[in-house]
Amino acid sequence: MAYSDKVLDHYENPRNVGSFGKDEEGVATGMVGAPACGDVMKLQIKVGKDGVIEDAKFKTYGCGSAIASSSLVTEWVKGKTIDQALDIKNTQIAEELALPPVKIHCSILAEDAIKAAVADYRKKHQA
Amino acid sequence: MSIDLTQDYFSLFGLPRRYALDEPALEAAWHRLQSQVHPDRYAHLPDADKRRAMQWATRVNEGFRTLKKPLARAQYLLVLAGVDAAIETNTAMSPEFLMEQMEWREAVEEARAAGEVEALEQLHMRLLHHAREVRAELGRQLDVDNAYTEAADTVRRLMFIEKLQHEIDEALLALEG
Repeated sequence: MAYSDKVLDHYENPRNVGSFGKDEEGVATGMVGAPACGDVMKLQIKVGKDGVIEDAKFKTYGCGSAIASSSLVTEWVKGKTIDQALDIKNTQIAEELALPPVKIHCSILAEDAIKAAVADYRKKHQA
Repeated sequence: MSIDLTQDYFSLFGLPRRYALDEPALEAAWHRLQSQVHPDRYAHLPDADKRRAMQWATRVNEGFRTLKKPLARAQYLLVLAGVDAAIETNTAMSPEFLMEQMEWREAVEEARAAGEVEALEQLHMRLLHHAREVRAELGRQLDVDNAYTEAADTVRRLMFIEKLQHEIDEALLALEG
């Protein structure tokens, strides 16, 4: 299958790969997986005291589209509040990366990773 | 000879509708059906008959492939039970499971990068053992407990495990090849 230029760019130069220290202040983790292709995605956000996402990192085991989708959302969530981050939809990711229909689930995975990370953040900060 | 295209694969092969499989019985039924619907038998007949025979042959082969592989068989049983395994849309596996998957993938990646064939072979054996346990669990859920929702979760887990197996095999092939 032919990947779009934007997918290739993120795949070859993924942004923000890696992890934060587990006990770092304001760090929350979202883990999701796509059974259909066996992809696993970990998205971490680092939220400042003002509720704005200062930084994000990801680690994804999967196809080029899954890596590109997660790389893209680490860029998109930075500078957003956690509520704004939840507004990122898989359709926007798919459109930005020009994903073909069979790869839409990769963008769903990335959207769900944001939701999972935000849910983890709220769990940690409301308790 | 004719084949009812609406009957399920288990009925088609004369097998009980369950996960535990009598493999020799499946193979024998497949060979018998295949010879009955073989296109050569219909070569002298009008095109409409040939087309029908082709449909039967396709159905027989699809059924064989579906029932033969444990994961495909389990997914098919879920379909027959009216349970959607949501393999395209359900991304919410348990965090422990996903963390474990992440660690497995990291171990494979590291072993592959370092050219550690022995480490990969060990991972391969460990995973083989684990996959056997998960399939046994799946068998209990489907055949004994009729716990289809739980079985759907096990099917999803097994898909990650099979993908991982595939990656280990690929890494081994790349190192040994």
